[in-house]
Amino acid sequence: MMTGREPSIRLQGVNHWFGSGETRRQVLFDISISIERGSLTVMRGPSGSGKTTLLTLMGALRKVQEGSIRLLGQELHGASEAAQEMLRRRFGFIFQAHNLHESLTARQNTLMGLEVHGPGGDAAKQNAAAVHILTSLGLGERIDYLPEKLSGGQKQRVAIARALVSNPEIVFADEPTAALDKEAGLNVVRLLKTLAETRGTSTVMVTHDTRIIDLADMIITIEDGRLA
Amino acid sequence: MTRLLQLVFRRIPIGWLQLTHNRARLFAAVAGIAFANLLVFVQLGVVASMTGTIEMTYAPFRADIIISPLRQQLVNGELVSRRVLYIALADAAVADATPLYIGNADWKQSPSTTKSLIVYGMKPEAVAFAGATVGNQLAMLAPFGHVLIDREIAGIDQLAEAGKSPPFEINGHTVQAVGSFQLGSGFGADGGLFVSDQTFQQLVRQRSTSTPSHVLIQVKPGETPAIVAARLNARLAPEQVQVRTMSQAVADEINYMNTEAPMGIIFGIGVFIGGLVGLVIVYQVLASDVAAHIKEYATFKAMGYPHRFLLGIVLEEALIMAFLGFVPGVILGSGAYQIMAVATGLPLGMTPDRALAVLAGTFVACAVSGMLATFRLRSAEPADLF
Repeated sequence: MMTGREPSIRLQGVNHWFGSGETRRQVLFDISISIERGSLTVMRGPSGSGKTTLLTLMGALRKVQEGSIRLLGQELHGASEAAQEMLRRRFGFIFQAHNLHESLTARQNTLMGLEVHGPGGDAAKQNAAAVHILTSLGLGERIDYLPEKLSGGQKQRVAIARALVSNPEIVFADEPTAALDKEAGLNVVRLLKTLAETRGTSTVMVTHDTRIIDLADMIITIEDGRLA
Repeated sequence: MTRLLQLVFRRIPIGWLQLTHNRARLFAAVAGIAFANLLVFVQLGVVASMTGTIEMTYAPFRADIIISPLRQQLVNGELVSRRVLYIALADAAVADATPLYIGNADWKQSPSTTKSLIVYGMKPEAVAFAGATVGNQLAMLAPFGHVLIDREIAGIDQLAEAGKSPPFEINGHTVQAVGSFQLGSGFGADGGLFVSDQTFQQLVRQRSTSTPSHVLIQVKPGETPAIVAARLNARLAPEQVQVRTMSQAVADEINYMNTEAPMGIIFGIGVFIGGLVGLVIVYQVLASDVAAHIKEYATFKAMGYPHRFLLGIVLEEALIMAFLGFVPGVILGSGAYQIMAVATGLPLGMTPDRALAVLAGTFVACAVSGMLATFRLRSAEPADLF
């Protein structure tokens, strides 16, 4: 469990590479970062700088090769696949491509964010939570629509609802507001801020949206795999 | 349906929703499984009717033990020497024994219709050896040319029952049906004829009363047929015959037909191919379904769903397809049995145990297909989503 003052995310001397032997290519060099609980962190950098690799390492989606990554007090280096899986249930992921399940309605896609914690939950409460978050993202009229009946921005908002409905402890996001208009984008930022204030949720996102960058508590810039 | 499955699985029934979302693909899968089921039902039906016809050929007799030539079936076998009958009668446990003659004959019903018949010959006084379908009628066969006609050969049976059958000709000899018995058509003949041993010698040429096809034995009360059969087997070893209980003889013949006879092997392979067709169809549908949703599955993995959850979705789809394909499959199979029974006269029909066996087989085949399709899930890499 996380100790009182331990940061949500702490990286120390992280190196990462792809391939092996002559084809080995290092993409991250000696990364050390500490991200506090309840903070909004923005990651920036040119394409191919390594920010996506770093985001996936922080999200426990890749194995740590060298260095230490502690998430919510848990060391990832050497952690088993099952341990990483359990940890990921405490996170929310927002992908640039929404990756909604085409045969599930907005409500069902959102509920998938809750069902990951296993059967036995109060179905009525879960349903109410899904409806509440969809409504707060302006999708009150589209709750039982399939993704094919939603616009790109609406699909992205469903993906955000799916990531946030379980009140995650950390949110990892990749350009979450890229497909949204100004009002919808601000709505998302407000939601993230509320989660940070009320539940101490930390958010790490890759974005070029200046509206969010202005609100960030910390900005990480990566160039050629190194912290700039 | 969605609510029902949600209660059963205690989660959103993603497999069901995925299947029903693409109805054209679901219809193709269900049609394919139904077709595979139909193939299997037809093959199993024919195999079962072989078993049924074998049992039917033994039904006209009542005996504890049968002495037969080595490695031969009841019908179309080689012959045994009547000497073995006398040797058997010498055993203290044997109550009675009688020779059984079996041969083939053609009955030309009209210039264009010829029925092939199995002709059974027994001594008219051996009434105790006649099965329930023949019974006391055996005694009526003493006069030369008196026969019992197979009830399944339409037309003459009712007249025979009433004693008004017109004479007809078998192998150039005029015979008179004085009664009927139940046999029915099989794979080797259209029906049967029951006659006395003397009439048999005339109807089936080149047969002598000294070489019956089999010898039927009844043991004394309190004796165990299997023990007596084993003893007779040892005693008759030099005679090149086999002595078996009647039930063992039936079981041996069924086993021979299913595992050694070309017909049984061919239909057995047919069952296998039917299953294989279903397996391939389901695999194709599921594998393309997994490929089409690989990003969604990767998203579930990223969210923390375990790999077994993804396997569960694919297996859920496989089992739903199995059930949906089985329903039309069993209906089509029943229809095929009706048509085949009318066309061939074979004892064909849907039985609950066969339907359940095919349902279980369909579930297993679909589950195997599902498991094979899940290999593609390994390419669902959540780190590639960003």
